[in-house]
Amino acid sequence: MASAPTSKYNSHSLENESIKRTSRDGINRDPAEAVPRLPGETRITDKEVIYICPFNGPIKGRVYITNYRLYLRSLETDSALILDVPLGVISRIEKMGGATSRGENSYGLDITCKDMRNLRFALKQEGHSRRDMFEILTRYAFPLAHSLPIFAFLNEEKFNVDGWTVYNPVEEYRRQGLPNHHWRITFINKCYGLCDTYPALLVVPFRATDEDLKRVATFRSRNRIPVLSWIHPENKTVIVRCSQPLVGMSGKRNKDDEKYLDVIRETNRQISKLTIYDARPSVNAVANKATGGGYESDDAYHNTELLFLDIHNIHVMRESLKKVKDIVYPNVEESHWLSSLESTHWLEHIKLVLTGAIQVADKVSSGKSSVLVHCSDGWDRTAQLTSLAMLMLDSFYRSIEGFEILVQKEWISFGHKFASRIGHGDKNHADADRSPIFLQFIDCVWQMSKQFPTAFEFNERFLITILDHLYSCRFGTFLYNCESAREKQKVTERTVSLWSLINSNKDTFKNPFYTKEINRVLYPVASMRHLELWVNYYIRWNPRIKQQQPNPVEQRYMELLALRDEYIKRLEELQLANSAKLSDPSTSPSSPSQMLPHVQTHF
Amino acid sequence: MLGKGVVGGGGGTKAPKPSFVSYVRPEEIHTNEKEVTEKEVTLHLLPGEQLLCEASTVLKYVQEDSCQRGICGKLVCTDFKIAFLGDDESALDTDEIQFKNKVIGENDITLHSVDQIYGVFDEKKKTLFGQLKKYPEKLIIHCKDLRVFHFCLRYTKEEEVKRIVSGIIHHTLAPKLLKRLFLFSYATAVQNHTATDPKNHTVMFDTLEDWCWELERTKGSMKYKAVSVNEGYKVCERLPAYFVVPTPLSEENVSRFQGHGIPIWCWSCHNGCALLKMSALPKEQDDGILQIQKSFLDGIYRIIHRPPYEIVKTEDLSSNFLSLQDIQTAYCKFKQLFLIDNSTEFWDTDIKWFSLLESSSWLDIIRRCLKKAIEIIECLEAQNMNVLLLEENASDLCCLVSSLVQVMMDPHCRTRAGFQSLVQKEWIMGGHCFLDRCNHLRQSDKEEHQRHLSLPLTQSKSSPKRGFFREETDHLIKNLLGKRISKLINSSDELQDNFREFYEGWHSKPTDYHGLLLPHVEGPEIKVWAQRYLRWIPEAQILGGGTVATMSKLLEMMEEVQSLQEKIEERHHRQEALQAEAPSLLRNSARLSSLFPFALLQRHSSKPVLPISGWKALGDEEDLAKREDEFVDLGDV
Repeated sequence: MASAPTSKYNSHSLENESIKRTSRDGINRDPAEAVPRLPGETRITDKEVIYICPFNGPIKGRVYITNYRLYLRSLETDSALILDVPLGVISRIEKMGGATSRGENSYGLDITCKDMRNLRFALKQEGHSRRDMFEILTRYAFPLAHSLPIFAFLNEEKFNVDGWTVYNPVEEYRRQGLPNHHWRITFINKCYGLCDTYPALLVVPFRATDEDLKRVATFRSRNRIPVLSWIHPENKTVIVRCSQPLVGMSGKRNKDDEKYLDVIRETNRQISKLTIYDARPSVNAVANKATGGGYESDDAYHNTELLFLDIHNIHVMRESLKKVKDIVYPNVEESHWLSSLESTHWLEHIKLVLTGAIQVADKVSSGKSSVLVHCSDGWDRTAQLTSLAMLMLDSFYRSIEGFEILVQKEWISFGHKFASRIGHGDKNHADADRSPIFLQFIDCVWQMSKQFPTAFEFNERFLITILDHLYSCRFGTFLYNCESAREKQKVTERTVSLWSLINSNKDTFKNPFYTKEINRVLYPVASMRHLELWVNYYIRWNPRIKQQQPNPVEQRYMELLALRDEYIKRLEELQLANSAKLSDPSTSPSSPSQMLPHVQTHF
Repeated sequence: MLGKGVVGGGGGTKAPKPSFVSYVRPEEIHTNEKEVTEKEVTLHLLPGEQLLCEASTVLKYVQEDSCQRGICGKLVCTDFKIAFLGDDESALDTDEIQFKNKVIGENDITLHSVDQIYGVFDEKKKTLFGQLKKYPEKLIIHCKDLRVFHFCLRYTKEEEVKRIVSGIIHHTLAPKLLKRLFLFSYATAVQNHTATDPKNHTVMFDTLEDWCWELERTKGSMKYKAVSVNEGYKVCERLPAYFVVPTPLSEENVSRFQGHGIPIWCWSCHNGCALLKMSALPKEQDDGILQIQKSFLDGIYRIIHRPPYEIVKTEDLSSNFLSLQDIQTAYCKFKQLFLIDNSTEFWDTDIKWFSLLESSSWLDIIRRCLKKAIEIIECLEAQNMNVLLLEENASDLCCLVSSLVQVMMDPHCRTRAGFQSLVQKEWIMGGHCFLDRCNHLRQSDKEEHQRHLSLPLTQSKSSPKRGFFREETDHLIKNLLGKRISKLINSSDELQDNFREFYEGWHSKPTDYHGLLLPHVEGPEIKVWAQRYLRWIPEAQILGGGTVATMSKLLEMMEEVQSLQEKIEERHHRQEALQAEAPSLLRNSARLSSLFPFALLQRHSSKPVLPISGWKALGDEEDLAKREDEFVDLGDV
């Protein structure tokens, strides 16, 4: 990651000095030992380049390319710049300038990254150094096009925690109190025969047989039938997810599907209607009929209420994020910041997604009705809505492990097409399947954590780390489109999980203000007055806009925490000394917890 | 404008600590519980306050889960406030009473905080003023503190409507004589002046000693002296009785142009450089007089340009900075964004919130003020120059800029007493025309200008971050170059580089909270001060969230550390006696609203607030929006 000159790196200035001198002398003493390398990572090449930093101008440096990363170290005395970029974030590599252009910077490479930045390098004309670098980068950034493995399969990192064991569907459903009288676990999809993009294990109404499920599957896009995501522990209303019904132009009906929805409705006895949230704008839902899809009409589904949530499709979201990049990178639009931000529509989309999730959560929490959520295929907007609603409803998902389980369950296991949306190792940067849907979800989570700073166990760094490794290809967590594909590739055996890294360094990702509160429903305020651009993520490469870390309130709190611990220790020592002297049980000191009846923080 | 005595006026005999927010500790309230509950139905008058008119069976509308509910009660108008005495007793549990304002109740509107009064006639909203021919069914009062009140008069007797409406209009909107301001009758009624806590003493700057003390504190006494030439306002009414000027300046210089053209000391920096201000000499046509003025000023500049004085940079705020009109226009637009009548209006404006904010220019003005202060600090701190602020009367932008500079540079100004003293020094003694700027006397021809006490607070909200300047700033800085500085520095680029280096240099280093503090001035970092502006808007409340949540955790931890500290002390003294736990102020922290303590008194269910307005057109993305997420070939299913 690019760093501005900071005091941390200033200590290396001597070293840089020596590098510079030796290279002037023509002796190529290689300081490659200082380049970080993961187990399984291999050096490919290194080159002297000029890094055209958009903030500090051209900087001479040496770039090291491995099968995992691009690492650049400045060769200039007054700059301690270091770039450490996993090749996985690269979305596009272009040559700039050439023989016709003049000057030192003419042979250039422009690298577009998936994480809101571009990297520009100028190379020497001699020795085909640009061609070499271009070819090597293309090869290792886009391994799929070259029949090379993605780095996650070469990574030999070892962690003392195995992240693959974090999510166990049976355990998670048991935590929710499932199976129960109304809901059963089915293994009908064990070999992904019912639906190849669904997980092996599904929770369905007790009264629906596996045969029923098969018939329902024929009427749901890509066989993604309604299955349970979450059940309310008290009122037993549920969140159910699926894809659109295959109504088509002719307005087809399917008795099994209609009956199935009625069975879902009846699992919660108090209510007369099942609420269906169609994430799409209604015009799109209507238009989808033309391609065989559609929505649940009133006349076919009697005991349902259908509401559209007006969330736009993956293409709109992709364009919106592009516009965000335009106003923040490399330069932050200064004179009309607010109207520029508004014109990206990014926060407006965030607002709609959050609003939809609030509605889902409120419907379930108030006990008014069970909820069925779908969009077109039920793997983008649906995943956003169910997971955000679950985050609002269930405080378990606000812990570090709970959140990992939520992502693992609602996104990874239910077939959010990570491979298509992110394009891991794929060179086709203009692929229309790519879209920042998961980023948008994480942004919504960040907005929530901003509004409720004590409700989440994890901090901002946790969210940014997840996003960094969404692209990095260092872990297997986000690879492939669905569980069946992952199983085929033996991802859990052959790669490391991102949760291994996070869970073995949990302290770095903890929010000191976290206060565990069970059964508290969080409703964020989905108003533009409270939504803000996530500066620490979207504008993090700009050294001039850097949030203070840690923020002053957090710093103060940490100091107080340390002080408290010290006092408790001292008090215990005093008590020990005291009781040893007196050795009288009646005056023995009370335990620290008794002495501090109003400790509300749990550590 | 409420003095320290007022805080005690509503309560018992206990001497309260002076505070600019008169929210009281729960212990004080609990001792007066009976009085508190009574206050809900009976009118509570301050000493010297008189009831002027009243009307019964008035409905006050309250917003509840996006629908309105009416509370029946009496609307009264006194010579201090408009008050609604509701029959609604359900509100106020103990948590909420904790932070009740002692002087101004939930349903009290002081006459001076009334901004606009609207009447609703046949569903149409009209501004009310002067003599009315027809009386409205509904009264909407917009307050300067951004509260909005709705009173329904449909069930009120006609003559009572007439009396209360014309009474309110007269007492809030008609021109007033200064001597009729309520504070005078209040001060007469309350004679006892409560002693101030010497530890938290606010320096009033109304004596020579106070100025000498400030000179000593900032080590400015070597080059500057306090003068009493204006004692009894002999020279000028605009200037305080005592102030500070460069030591060699003679007293007759001061009187020459009634204090105009005199460099008046504001503050001295640790390196000896000083911030000075000067009111411009009157504009003259006559060549002879201009010649006299010129030679007078030359004489003045000769004094302050000689050693021991540093080189002076003149900063002409009248011509090279914001105009008062700019500020007023921007604030008028800006405040309108927060004076919201109902839920529909809230969500309608939500869609275009950012462009509305931008078109008000308020945040841009805030940014320019902060930037200006940083520029001045760069001169004082990095270039060792004196800065002389020049303005027509030296009592508007001078107050603003000089107090901002001091808040950033002088940690003393960031303590409560220090900040109060700063306000006293720069704004009250600095001769800021509060009466005109706030239009307390309701003179329609007087221009209103917002005073900028909100600024330092805005600044402290935006925690220090790194900064970034571009062409616009370059342009601005070029404009800012005074004649003198251009002699010193050849190119404006050099100045900009100096400035940028200073600003970014500061932000790249770890922050010392007891030293210089520079705010961030980049677009994304200047945000709306939600705690002030959104505080009365129920839709904007985050129940159990906001920065209040972390602050109350911090306070809890502080309490805990303190109680542990006490226990350790006790152990050391071998006193095993059990000590009663001090009650925590913020017991229910998780349930506090983000708008705490302002919104505490508005009751709310835990239902979520949902936007009730639609989607704005996507414009050029319409075609994308129509596309399918991906190609679906469902033909053979």
